[in-house]
Amino acid sequence: MLIAIASGKGGTGKTTVACNLARIAKTPVTLLDCDVEEPNDAFFIGGDLIDQTDVSIETPSVNDQLCTKCGVCSDFCKYNAIITLPKKVIVYDEMCHSCGGWIVCPHDAITTNPKKLGEISIFRNGETTLVQGQLKIGNVMSPQLISSVKKHISVNGLNIIDAPPGNTCPAIEAVDGVDYVVLVTEPTPFGLHDLKLSVALLERRALRFGVMINRSDIGDDGVEKFCDAKGIPILARIPNDMRIARAYSMGDTVVQSIPEYADLFRQLMSRIEGNA
Amino acid sequence: MKELVIISGKGGSGKTTVSASFASLAKNSVISDCDVDAPNMHILMKPEKTLTHDFHSGLLAEIDQDKCTSCGLCYEYCRFDAIDKSTDKSGKTIYRIDELKCEGCSLCDYVCQANAIKLSTPKRGVWMESDTKYGPMIHALLDAGGENSGKLVSLVKSKARVKARDDNADVLLVDGPPGVGCPVIASISGADLLLVVTEPTQSGKHDMERVIHLADSFKMRVAVCINKWDINPEVSAEIDRVAKENGAMSVGRIRYDRSVPRILSEGKIIVEQDGEVSSDIKQVWRDVSRTLKS
Repeated sequence: MLIAIASGKGGTGKTTVACNLARIAKTPVTLLDCDVEEPNDAFFIGGDLIDQTDVSIETPSVNDQLCTKCGVCSDFCKYNAIITLPKKVIVYDEMCHSCGGWIVCPHDAITTNPKKLGEISIFRNGETTLVQGQLKIGNVMSPQLISSVKKHISVNGLNIIDAPPGNTCPAIEAVDGVDYVVLVTEPTPFGLHDLKLSVALLERRALRFGVMINRSDIGDDGVEKFCDAKGIPILARIPNDMRIARAYSMGDTVVQSIPEYADLFRQLMSRIEGNA
Repeated sequence: MKELVIISGKGGSGKTTVSASFASLAKNSVISDCDVDAPNMHILMKPEKTLTHDFHSGLLAEIDQDKCTSCGLCYEYCRFDAIDKSTDKSGKTIYRIDELKCEGCSLCDYVCQANAIKLSTPKRGVWMESDTKYGPMIHALLDAGGENSGKLVSLVKSKARVKARDDNADVLLVDGPPGVGCPVIASISGADLLLVVTEPTQSGKHDMERVIHLADSFKMRVAVCINKWDINPEVSAEIDRVAKENGAMSVGRIRYDRSVPRILSEGKIIVEQDGEVSSDIKQVWRDVSRTLKS
């Protein structure tokens, strides 16, 4: 099974839910940290680093001898990543989306160079495998890196994707193709506003999902009312417990520091399985 | 006019809470929400008299099914996995563009022999010019799954800058997005000071370091403020140390208070009421505005 833990708003508890579900899983579990701009699951899962590989994209490299400065490549590029000057063609790697458009060159003057996008690290801790993508600072192509992380989805057992916040390309890349999405939110107007955006996105992608309310006893009942009206299942509610905040701050999972919460996460898992 | 961008790396650390408070404390500011993916400033700022503009950007491909010969070249060449392949009842292979994955590179159009690709510049969202009781506000909302959030952020910022100059504002306050990617890079560009609002957790510390490194690559000044610092005083001390090592200055701490979410739920801005958290934020603003002027 492949589930994703997502949220429009940042800081609602995606990492907490993903890591604690991984901890209580009975089967071997692969946790895929797709929040590649700011990956944090490794703090909570730990374990041994068993593999680390760079992920690169191809960017164009212009052969000055063959290039006639005709400008076809820069006219084609939609991202302003290639500029043709009278005597030189300049490639701006950081603007390049690696679309493959260099094939338009009529003089075969363009080859490609690998450009590091980030890295994928694999950690193992008992039955848990953590696949973490981390974007190199200054890069903008997080969806490509997320797609590389998702190549590590295991055919056996449970796969949990920890998605990036937001409702645009990186979030879509992370949740596409999963069996079920858990939307984590908080009961505040901020949480509700961003939840509505996420729901619209998941409905557009025809994905199955339910909502988990974190810090459920703060704020107001707007999220509950919205879910009620839309018929969205509320899978679990985690109270605003200072012990959870402390455990999180130290990089500890809730189920290990405060064992009484293990049942809550087990129930959440069985409701996910029941709904998926 | 000075430009202050409030970011965090990690989401949910309190950017909007702090930004809205600053907007209320600043005497003469223009406010801008650059978290166009999941904007929240308007919930607290309650903008009025909104002028709404459509945001069109980038290209989107579409396949004309009458012209398509099902040769599959577009499917083969697309590097964004944006072409869906299926089979219709008669057994013919059908190719369709996945609108949310298309990056608008137009390579499909280039390789198509049947001239079946149509390219358009679609509406991706809206941007708005509003008034609030604390000054003008420029904000935006990307459509669910909308592409080009970086471009919308750049547009919001440029409009906000024009407004701030026209109004002779002292400060342009920008509530930024989480992360270190494309929208963050667009939102920090050209700022006089970045304020990183972080929280005393391992994640908060790690994410702060990454945004500081990003800021370094643009040679920008960075200040750090720890929200809910007393949840873990030891990690707060570590954060101050790491911030200092990375050349960022500390501009105060905000304590944890259970009443904050309730006040926000009432749609109120923290510094509009008296209290310890309110005084903490006022102190941070004094330090930040002094730094901005220096």
